[in-house]
Amino acid sequence: MDKILINTPLNDEKCKSLKAGDQVLISGEIYTARDAAHLKLVNLIRNNEALPMDFNGQIIYYAGPSPARPGAVIGACGPTTSYRMDDLTDPLLEKGLKGMIGKGDREEKVIDSMKKHTAIYFAAIGGAGALIASTIKSNTVVAFEELGPEALRRLEVVDFPAIVVIDSEGNNLYETEPDKYKK
Amino acid sequence: MKRISVNAIIQAVKEACITMNYEIDPLISEAFENAKKVEKSPVGISIIEDLIKNAEIAQKYTAPICQDTGMIVAFVTLGQNVLVEDGAISDAINEGVRQGYAEGYLRKSVVSDPVLRKNSGDNTPAVIYFDVVEGDVFEIELASKGFGSENMSKSKMLKPSDGMSGIMNFVIETVKMAGPNPCPPIVVGIGIGGTIDKAAQIAKKSLLRPLGQKNELPHIAQMEEELLEEINHLGIGPQGLGGITTALAVHAETYPTHIAGLPVVVNINCHASRHKKVVL
Repeated sequence: MDKILINTPLNDEKCKSLKAGDQVLISGEIYTARDAAHLKLVNLIRNNEALPMDFNGQIIYYAGPSPARPGAVIGACGPTTSYRMDDLTDPLLEKGLKGMIGKGDREEKVIDSMKKHTAIYFAAIGGAGALIASTIKSNTVVAFEELGPEALRRLEVVDFPAIVVIDSEGNNLYETEPDKYKK
Repeated sequence: MKRISVNAIIQAVKEACITMNYEIDPLISEAFENAKKVEKSPVGISIIEDLIKNAEIAQKYTAPICQDTGMIVAFVTLGQNVLVEDGAISDAINEGVRQGYAEGYLRKSVVSDPVLRKNSGDNTPAVIYFDVVEGDVFEIELASKGFGSENMSKSKMLKPSDGMSGIMNFVIETVKMAGPNPCPPIVVGIGIGGTIDKAAQIAKKSLLRPLGQKNELPHIAQMEEELLEEINHLGIGPQGLGGITTALAVHAETYPTHIAGLPVVVNINCHASRHKKVVL
């Protein structure tokens, strides 16, 4: 299957062109945030305080890397399971977030919000942390350094492999694919 | 009387923590190769190929197999004729974890308090079980347990009348509910009998068996085989994106139980299935 090359940031037009099942290679900047960073971000939004960055058009990667070895950019950096961020996703989509990379299915309320805001949910391969790390070219903490592996980081990636699992129309591979192989 | 210094335990635990996070179990590699040949889903095949590539990269010690380098679970088998010198066994295991996670550049994923959630900073403490036996054996079976899969585990107190079919339905239901979350292809550990805690402990311990090794009891071995087949007919597939490779193995352990009960615990492991036995 041919892989589609995409660059960040994303916009509505680009998001609409991506369909569930598309295998993509992402290049540009993406941002890591998982459980603790999401809590902090959403609390800032709820309190009408300034966010540490502008999420408009950006992609959040649900990941908490292992420490970098000396001379390395990053340690293993595969996706974590996304459902834990489901209660904290809508406020970020409201702020213009266009994509999320994680693993595992999302709740209906997240999919509804993705449709409303024309956003994409990508899956990266869980447990392929070393392979994914090899596509990461730089790694900078943007905020919440005290959270260690859970800090908000900017990653510069080249050909980061992912699959569009839920597109902006709500088509969901986790719903459609397993039935094809059920016996 | 056999004497073992805690320093030997520290060293062995440290090395095991590092190696199991970088070097994939050869039985898992073999299972990936087999799965690649039989898998019907094109996406599934490409995922398995990527997992093989990932293992090759990790093997060079550039980065661990997975960033979730887990919480350490240790099963100690201690012979009554072994004298451990210069300190406590639990402290030595925790010191080995501390050193291994620092020197191996492994992620520290343990919080000291489950409610307050401050990271302990060194991946300690480990979860440690002791089994005291006759003789001069000293073994530690270690697992580096990731929580994507741990979170998908379930327990249920079945009725005795639920029997084998009740057990099997519960396992299938648990795997189905878990879907893509525990990073399939998974290894399914099942603990049956004892009390609720015993069932959980033997479910965890079953995950440490060599991949695919059958239970010695024929009716349990048959159940493992049937469950593996049924699970792979669920269609979940690699990463839950469809396919026939949902589980690589099903391991079950049993323990005597009470006339009124049939506790069952399902403990799931991701495809990295990191574990190592240390013998001193």
